[in-house]
Formats: sequence, structure tokens, C-alpha cells
Amino acid sequence: MDYTIKLSQYERMLAQYIEQRDERALYKGQKFSRKMLEQHVSPEDVVSMHIEVVKRIIPHVDQKVMDSLEFLLEVMIGYGFAYREHQSLRTRQEQLDAEIDIAANIQKSLVEGEIPSGHGVDIGVISKPAKKMSGDYYHFVQDDHSISVAIADVVGKGIPAAMCMSMIKYAMDSLPDYRKQPGDVLSSLNHVVEQNIDPSMFITMFYGVYHADENIFSFASAGHEPGFFYNHKYDRFEELVAKGSVLGLRRHSNYTEYRLDIEPGDMIILLSDGVTECRTEKGFLERGEIADIIRSEMHSPAQRIVDQVYYNLEMLQDFVLRDDFTLIVLKF
Amino acid sequence: MIMETRSSVPINNEWDIVQARQLGRQISREMGFGHVDQARITTAISELARNIYLYANNGEITIEPIVNLGKKGLKITSRDKGPGIKDIRLVMQDGYTTSGGLGAGLPGVKRLMDIFKIDSTLEKGTNIVAIKWLR
Ligand SMILES: Nc1ncnc2c1ncn2[C@@H]1O[C@H](COP(=O)(O)OP(=O)(O)OP(=O)(O)O)[C@@H](O)[C@H]1O
Ligand SMILES: [Mg+2]
Repeated sequence: MDYTIKLSQYERMLAQYIEQRDERALYKGQKFSRKMLEQHVSPEDVVSMHIEVVKRIIPHVDQKVMDSLEFLLEVMIGYGFAYREHQSLRTRQEQLDAEIDIAANIQKSLVEGEIPSGHGVDIGVISKPAKKMSGDYYHFVQDDHSISVAIADVVGKGIPAAMCMSMIKYAMDSLPDYRKQPGDVLSSLNHVVEQNIDPSMFITMFYGVYHADENIFSFASAGHEPGFFYNHKYDRFEELVAKGSVLGLRRHSNYTEYRLDIEPGDMIILLSDGVTECRTEKGFLERGEIADIIRSEMHSPAQRIVDQVYYNLEMLQDFVLRDDFTLIVLKF
Repeated sequence: MIMETRSSVPINNEWDIVQARQLGRQISREMGFGHVDQARITTAISELARNIYLYANNGEITIEPIVNLGKKGLKITSRDKGPGIKDIRLVMQDGYTTSGGLGAGLPGVKRLMDIFKIDSTLEKGTNIVAIKWLR
């Protein structure tokens, strides 16, 4: 809009208001200010326009009033400063958002691998970042005799956590042959993390291997949120407890390897603390409540179980996710 | 032609900032700048002078009318032999300020003026030139 057009529009509005002092004119004023904002007109320009119009439509204004308006103009320059800075920060914010979107996509492609479907195991996975980027990580490897599964949680959220996660991913990919001994895998990763990560960052991890030939699930944990074992024979959920310190705490850490006999109908549920730290109106969710939700969906395919649990917990929290959320179900 | 002489104000204390403002206002008015541009030019001068006062202790603000290809403009030069600015790119970023000011400072001055050039050497001092064209 051209300045002279704006000026005459403003003149008409102000004249109408002075004449009738009605709400309609004020409403027009409000709409006008929106338009000015859209066109990035800064506050001091609005005041200047006002001064010009006042001179035109009110004859013989007291000089003191005019002087006071000049003073106001001077004061508004500072607001103009802030306004323009806001504009430019907004542009920068948009650029940052675009960059983060790209980074998030890269991260997604790092994590997303094929989910194994062999050895009679039905696997379901859901992983949702609280912000755009996730500090949660999971990974599967399948070969002729086994399926290994890793789930890790970088303490912290957002970009720093996501960068740590990428490092874990790289370390996992370059693991030597003992990837079937969970305790050794964690000791080795502990070493990498201790040497490469900021001391204020910690990573918890659970690593397990299903040996299909022997029907054994062996696992170890580095301070990770305990999962569940559903024991089909006794129809009950048991805690998948394993002791071990978080990755990166000490230079040398040993991790005990635990073993479970697996029978058809059993389930293993792995999760990140974003699942158990769901906060509802009543406070933190009880682990038992999560087991209850799983139980109610138990006879569905694994992917449907995790999707259902996620949806239920989302609903309980009014659809606000406070922490990265990862849930894995293995049905044997 | 309006005054071709340039005028300088030495900045040694806070009141000199007002002197510099006054000179800027006077020259910009004489040159025919509108009220809003007068206020903008004065604010730019104020920010530059305040930086001299705060960070370099002593310096000088020079204000002169210039003509370039028939275009008239007002040129502000800020000169000091203070500590200089280490990371110019950083201080030219929006949102960067040590005094907790609101969006003013050097990026603000740059936006208020049409041309803004800064040159600073550590321990040697800072030179800033800013021009506003008369429309
Ligand atoms: N003439 C100068 N000599 C040395 N350092 C300077 C000079 N001018 C600016 N600086 C440095 O650049 C920084 C940024 O200056 P700028 O005027 O943009 O913001 P500020 O003075 O910190 O805050 P404000 O928003 O209140 O102006 C200053 O904090 C100071 O360190
Ligand atoms: Mg400053």
C-alpha cells in the first residue's frame, strides 16, 4: 500500500472517530494496525502518520500537544528498534527450524533400519521424539541364529542428545564379532562413550540377544529403565532387572550377562524412561499400569500393541509428550 | 548548497552524547530530512556515541552532508582508539548485547541507516561510517 493511500485511509478513520467516537471506528483502527503489521510498518512511522493527520484535520491544535507528539515519536524509535530486531530474529528462527527439520530427517534415516521378522519372533517398535530430534536409539541385527536388540536413551533431549545418539549408532556399527555377548558389547560401548562424550552426558542402554537355536534370551543393562518379561506359563509380567552402571561414568565397567529361557507365548517389552515417566493428572504412571495396558492388547500383533500403548499414554497425558518415547515388544 | 563543512563532537563523557545528538538533529533538519528520519539519525548517532563512551572512553563523532551521484545524504563517522571489537560478526548479530538493551546497538544502527561500514582492530580502535540518503 502506498504511503499517501495509507495516510488518507488513516485520516478518514481518525476523522470518523473524532466525529462520532463510536466503536466501529475503533474496530477499523484495529484492522488497520493488523494491515500495517503485515506490511512491516514500524511504530515510529505510525506515530508520524498520526502527527501528520492531526495537523490536517484538527486546526489550531495547541502547540504543546504537537510538541508532546514529537516527543512520543522520539520515544517510539526505540520500539521501532525492537520491532525490527524481532522481524529479523523471526527470519532467523525460520531458518533454524528448516535446518533442524533436515537434521531430524537425517537422524531418522540413521535410526530407522529394518525390523527383523525371522526366527518366529514378532517385533513391534514405536519411537517418538518429544521435540524434533530424539535422544532415544534402537537397533536390531538378525542373522541365521539370532536376533540382537539394543535400546538406548541419552540423558537429555533435543539436539545435543541427538548428536550423542549418532555417535552411539556409529559405535554400534563398528562393533567387533562379540556382538552376541551383551556384557562385552556394553563394556566396549562404555569405553567409547567415556572417551568421546562430554562428562555431563550419560547414556543408558539395554542390549539383548535372542538365540533362536537354544530359545534363550541373554541380556545386560547399563543403568537402563528395566523392561518387562511376560511369562506365558504363569501368565504374569516380571521385571527384567539387570544391574550395571550407565555408559560413560567410568573408564572400565563390567556388565553382568543374564539369561532367560524363552517359551512360545512369552514376550519381552523394552522401553525408554519417556514411557515410564509419563505424567498424568494423578502423578507418574505406575509401571503396573503400563503392564495392564499391554495385557489388554496382548493378543494383537506386536506392532499393534506398541501403537496402542503409545496412543493410550498420549491420551492420558493430554497429547503432550514430555520426553522421547521408545517402546519395543518382542513376541515369541 | 547547504553547509559543506563537517562538524565533529569529541566524546569524553555522557553529556557529549547529547551534544552529538543535537548536532545530528540540526544538520539533518537543515538538510530537509523528515521528522522520523531525523529521529532515526539522532538515535543512530546516540548509539554510536554511547558505545564510544562505554567501551572506548574517548573518541569522536563527525557529521557531514555528502553528495554522491547527485544523491544527498548525511554521513556519520564514529572514531575511537579504544580496545576494538574482537568478533565483529558476533556483535553484528541480532540479539547480541552486553548491556541487556532491547534490539538497539550496532545491528539496530545498521538497519536505521542506508549504509553501514565497520572497521575495528584489537587494541587499535574502532571506525564506523553510516550514511542515510535524503529521499
Ligand atoms: N567503539 C567500541 N569500542 C570497543 N568495543 C565496542 C565498541 N562498540 C561496540 N563495542 C562492542 O560491541 C558490543 C556490541 O555493541 P552494541 O552497541 O551492539 O550492543 P551493547 O552496547 O552491548 O548493548 P546496547 O544494546 O545497549 O547498545 C559491545 O558490547 C562492545 O563489546
Ligand atoms: Mg551499545
